[in-house]
Amino acid sequence: MKCTRCRAKAEVELRAHNAGFCRPCYLFYFRRQVERAIAAERMFTHDERLLVAVSGGKDSLALWDVLAECGYATTGLYLGLGIGAYSARSHEKALKFAEQRELELRVVTLEEEGPGLAIPDVAAATRRVPCSACGTMKRHFFDTAALAGGFEVLVTGHNLDDEAARLMGNVLRWQRDHLARQRPVLPATHPKFVRKVKPLYLISEYETAVYAFMRGIDYIVEECPNAVGATQLLYKDVLNRLEHASPGTKQAFVQEFFRSGQPAFAAVENEEPQVCGQCGMPAYGTLCSFCRLVRQVEARRSPPGAAAPA
Amino acid sequence: MRVHLHPQRRTVEVQGRRRVGQLLTELGILPGTAMVIRGEFLLTEGEVLEDVDEVEIRAVISGGTG
Ligand code: SF4
Ligand SMILES: [Zn+2]
Ligand SMILES: [Zn+2]
Repeated sequence: MKCTRCRAKAEVELRAHNAGFCRPCYLFYFRRQVERAIAAERMFTHDERLLVAVSGGKDSLALWDVLAECGYATTGLYLGLGIGAYSARSHEKALKFAEQRELELRVVTLEEEGPGLAIPDVAAATRRVPCSACGTMKRHFFDTAALAGGFEVLVTGHNLDDEAARLMGNVLRWQRDHLARQRPVLPATHPKFVRKVKPLYLISEYETAVYAFMRGIDYIVEECPNAVGATQLLYKDVLNRLEHASPGTKQAFVQEFFRSGQPAFAAVENEEPQVCGQCGMPAYGTLCSFCRLVRQVEARRSPPGAAAPA
Repeated sequence: MRVHLHPQRRTVEVQGRRRVGQLLTELGILPGTAMVIRGEFLLTEGEVLEDVDEVEIRAVISGGTG
């Protein structure tokens, strides 16, 4: 197979785009895709300070690499989830990446943020699925780190497959509030929220992995142990089967949702956030979901009546 | 040929020359869900593998909704 741009031997084939690329042309193509998404959705400018959430995985490190290459003012944020060897190794990868490129990396670890806040402990104490507790933790600490650091934008590495799987999950249960809030750019809806953007939202997981490989990025290949059996993986598998039978399906699913479906949901579900009575961050209800989770953890750690046994 | 599977950390031996696409099908891997790596380079599905080759098949799908 030949490169679509220069006719040299192709190293990668992208069925959804009906294209093949040699290495230099692929790197050019990938950066252009990211830059186009940033421009088309007006995600951010070169004058804004970006906080990039990095997990040590291929997507976030590939994204940080592109943004730094393109001259954006980036700072990385690594959130240590306390998931044993997996967290230790992913932390290492993020640190090494930042050091090699002389980029600033901030580190927040759940264990140090409070007793019993590591993901396995929260999941055990609240009997919630680890990924659900993890999502709440990530949102809270990304928000507070962005606010505390005075950043204008929080950037995450969610890719096309993540967005398609999430959309499928939201559609299967017709979660209108979630559908209303799923978009590539979430404007700051409250003075304590910063804008949240996903520059890789139309770029597949395969494409980010190829970019990371070609750029020699040392990312964590192993999976988080909690991903095994996660519904998101099932959705991704179903979507990849559809994609195989009909290339371009995932992109059409996500792109058309953002173009025509999402605005319809947003029009009817525009609840304004209030303020959390505990931490002061924006909340839907009297407490934000993070503080509700912490309450549950605390209740389990000191059950009522434990101090005064009968 | 020797095929290393990641992140499973498993190695399998496959006999006889065949195309990359065929190897993926035989191993039950959907194209587009894994990179096929030989040395420093990626291989497209049409590429032919020989018995002496050693390749890595690295899954690209990661999971969990966070
Ligand atoms: S798989 Fe689940 S628990 Fe693990 S990092 Fe992802 S969201 Fe968190
Ligand atoms: Zn080329
Ligand atoms: Zn709160």
